[in-house]
Amino acid sequence: MQPTDAELIAAVLKGDTASFEPLIAKYSPRVFATARRHARRESEVEDIVQEVWAKAFQKLGSFRGEAPFEHWLMRLAVRTCYDFLRAHQRNREISFSELSEPESDWLDHFVADPDRSDENATAAGQLIERILALLSAPARLVITLQEIEGRSVKEIAELTGWSVTLVKVRAFRARAEMRKCLQKLARDKYW
Amino acid sequence: MNLDKLQKKLFAAARANPPSDRVPYAFEKRILARLAARRVEDARSQWGAALWRGAAACVAVTVLLSVWSFSGFNRPRSGANLSQDLEHTLLASADEVDNNW
Repeated sequence: MQPTDAELIAAVLKGDTASFEPLIAKYSPRVFATARRHARRESEVEDIVQEVWAKAFQKLGSFRGEAPFEHWLMRLAVRTCYDFLRAHQRNREISFSELSEPESDWLDHFVADPDRSDENATAAGQLIERILALLSAPARLVITLQEIEGRSVKEIAELTGWSVTLVKVRAFRARAEMRKCLQKLARDKYW
Repeated sequence: MNLDKLQKKLFAAARANPPSDRVPYAFEKRILARLAARRVEDARSQWGAALWRGAAACVAVTVLLSVWSFSGFNRPRSGANLSQDLEHTLLASADEVDNNW
């Protein structure tokens, strides 16, 4: 029979580092998926996930077992991703005139017939990635958690450690930032 | 261009294209190796930090004692200078002997 998370954690805390391995194997797919929401390059994604596991190991003593280990780990993952976004604020003055051909075609189709444009297209996914990369770190995090992952304000507050009010304020600002980016996209492409 | 609709479409696109949850080969082994290396480093850095803290405390005590010794708190209340005090202290027993005679 497989040991439970609580048993593995207890063993790690007693000094059996090898018991940490099954936890890494079990939860790494979720941590990788979260990290890939915030970083594009695979080397950056791996750095984030390594950092998450290093922090998890270091702070394992503070895990009280009241909530599932996965929730605790995902909080660490989201906060590490936020730290990464803040540390890697890229040049956010990129022009949308450098869109790739598929992205440009998708936009043309959208302008021609907004209702029939395919939202499953890879080009649309790339375009939203490009727009998210232009947002500030808090705006990107809030948009990703709220609009893309569909989390509630309360869930975001728990994940990020921000107050509910702060999440609401940041969500409001994030939507305004997003709006500006879309306006810039329309201006660069069609005006 | 309808920006509201575009925003909705783009969010829907992001939801429709979730990121991969693929984990690189033997990733957990790599993490464990890194954690083991970090533990050795941690032990060394803890020793280093403890020694630095000890050194800082010693410097602080030295500075405090220096300040105290140069300040007016430890001056003799009699107003005599150090050489006279020393002489009195050393010859105190001799004075007692003289008085007894």
